Amino acid sequence: MTARVTFGKDLTDLEGLSADQIRTILDVAEPFKEISERPIKKVPALRGKTIVNLFYEPSTRTRVSFEFAEKRLSADTVNISGVGSSVQKGESLVDTARNLEAMRIDMVVVRHGSSGAAQFLADRIPSNVINGGDGQHEHPTQGLLDMLTIRDHLGSIEGRRVCIVGDILHSRVARSNIWGLLKLGAEVAVCGPPTLIPPGIEALGVGVLKRVEEAIEWAEVLNVLRLQLERMEAGYIPSLREYNRFFGISVARLEKAPRDILILHPGPMNRGVEIDSHVADGPHSVILQQVTNGVAVRMAVLYLLAGGRPERAEAAKKESRE
Amino acid sequence: MSRPMLLRGGRVIDPSQKLDERLDLLLADGRVARLGRDLEVPEGAELVTVDGLVVAPGLVDLHVHFREPGEEHKETIRSGAQAAVAGGFTSVCAMPNTDPPIDDPAAVSFVRAEGQRAGFAHVYPVGAVSVGQKGEEMTEIGELVAAGAVAVSDDGHPVWNAGLMRRALEYTKAFDIPVFSHSEELGLTGHGVMNEGPVSTVLGLRGIPNAAEDVAVARDCIIAELTGGQLHIQHVSTRGAVEIIGAAKARGVSVSAEVTPHHLALTDEAVRGYRTEAKVKPPLRSTADVTAVRDALLAGVIDCIATDHAPHHYEDKEREFDDAPFGLIGVETALGVCIRELVVSGHLDLSELINRLSCRPAQIARLPAGTLAEGSPADVVVFDPEARWTCRPNEFYSLSRNTPFAGQELVGRVVMTIVDGRSVFARGADH
Ligand SMILES: [Zn+2]
Repeated sequence: MTARVTFGKDLTDLEGLSADQIRTILDVAEPFKEISERPIKKVPALRGKTIVNLFYEPSTRTRVSFEFAEKRLSADTVNISGVGSSVQKGESLVDTARNLEAMRIDMVVVRHGSSGAAQFLADRIPSNVINGGDGQHEHPTQGLLDMLTIRDHLGSIEGRRVCIVGDILHSRVARSNIWGLLKLGAEVAVCGPPTLIPPGIEALGVGVLKRVEEAIEWAEVLNVLRLQLERMEAGYIPSLREYNRFFGISVARLEKAPRDILILHPGPMNRGVEIDSHVADGPHSVILQQVTNGVAVRMAVLYLLAGGRPERAEAAKKESRE
Repeated sequence: MSRPMLLRGGRVIDPSQKLDERLDLLLADGRVARLGRDLEVPEGAELVTVDGLVVAPGLVDLHVHFREPGEEHKETIRSGAQAAVAGGFTSVCAMPNTDPPIDDPAAVSFVRAEGQRAGFAHVYPVGAVSVGQKGEEMTEIGELVAAGAVAVSDDGHPVWNAGLMRRALEYTKAFDIPVFSHSEELGLTGHGVMNEGPVSTVLGLRGIPNAAEDVAVARDCIIAELTGGQLHIQHVSTRGAVEIIGAAKARGVSVSAEVTPHHLALTDEAVRGYRTEAKVKPPLRSTADVTAVRDALLAGVIDCIATDHAPHHYEDKEREFDDAPFGLIGVETALGVCIRELVVSGHLDLSELINRLSCRPAQIARLPAGTLAEGSPADVVVFDPEARWTCRPNEFYSLSRNTPFAGQELVGRVVMTIVDGRSVFARGADH
């Protein structure tokens, strides 16, 4: 049983979690999934807790998902992001940390463009810090929700062959997936233009597939990453058109697969670049379910970091009095 | 003029004279007056008993950044020179990437004069290769030398224009000074912030490949061969650069090289946890590179050790890794790090270490230093080679604290530093 699994103050990365901790988060997410299906989508587990969503980078998707998770657990939430806020005025991260400390915030969800920013905050404030994506380092809750989605469909992670396709070099999603999947016993490969495959990635225990056709031949799951327009501008690839031609996931390519392949995408999608619409909206796409699972996984993380007992999650769900 | 001083009973190690024995050293009139057994204390001389301590020619650092003029909150020539003597260095070469850069004779004179006024280590200015260190137009190198520059360098930046490097290596031959090169191909560095490899991949930080250094070192060695100029490669960090320098030396090219204590001691693992005090250029490399630079030092392919002492303000380093500046300080830890990493581990003996920290660098920059031969300047370091101490940045004389060695135990500690026959640093018994 997972009853003895405990958590640290923060969730900055999946690299530092054990397989048991990851499994516990996924297990705790299960009962929380159902809350979203109810007419009154609220339980009191985090009543009285204050949570700041500190978003230095715009990300409606992740912020909204965290906010839903926080509200469904009855926490008081404040969003700091966008024009006019201190984060836009160039207040340094260390000053922000001092201010947060002075305000006695219970939990902070931080999204930042620099790798290590979440760790930086976590080292300096007593609040629980949850990494909502730091630079090109990790996006642990995305990795967790991807794993929950795979588990929902394939029953288990262990022994499954998962290929992450696209810009691995700049992807925090890729790194969190790699750590999480490997810890749970999956086989992991990456595939993309060689300019976007990080040097030394094999050292993590990851295979590198040169062509997307090989990935489709091999994998049971494809996690298709968003290709940022900036990569073309920075000269990593010659054009988006060429990228689509050689690395895009199309129906024609998938038809050659020896088996059904589960298609994941962390969003937002560039349709017609890394993924064709017919694939994104097709029968094997679980992209919308990823969004739903995102809320449940984030509820689980918030609940566990706030000191919630894994074995009580089911009961916490039932305590709804509203 | 200070009183004569007799250092009695020390273990005198002077590689320039192949000496390593218990001798007395008499300093008078700012010079080494005598070196011998059981010397008498002359009338009026100060007697200093140094039993059990090493007495060696003052250390020479070819590579420091003292930030003055322009960034005196990080370091001044005075604070830097005081930190230097606390670390046993009696001569240092100050890089020209100040604000404004040291690219004209008045600026060179300023650095020299400030160094003299401070009265700690000798501060030798290094002039810029190019006006404004912009890599375009050559400075008036002759004038810089006349004002006291001992070398030219655009350090802080590479001389990116190969044509300019050619002219600089040719032109400096007229003045018998070396060109110090920060060899880096910026096109390969890109926006990199640490060594490219498995650690950068895990941390999600942009990498600087070894090739960024290898390509530039190869280019510079080839241009040195073309011109016959005296090239000195700064802060060598890669196994590839070591091979290229070794091959150039074997062909008789006039090239020398330095390595820093941090590149001898640390790998890119030191960056884990996003530790900005380990953010430096060239970046801390892999274990294979550390092994290669150590072996190259032992083999003489790398001639000397220089610190690349690069002070930065606390607030500049206390931030996101991407945004923190490159550089770390080293003059107060160099000896302790080098003894720990090279002598205790059996790579070099103490005499060879002193050769690489004093005699060889003095020869490269043609400084009147690196020897205790009678008649030479009385620049001396006295240190306890066995002393173990914990590196505490708040005890530094440097105005900055950015060291990756904080909290670590270092081996070998300076007890006294003498410049021109004057004691400019003495550590109390409480230290
Ligand atoms: Zn440099």
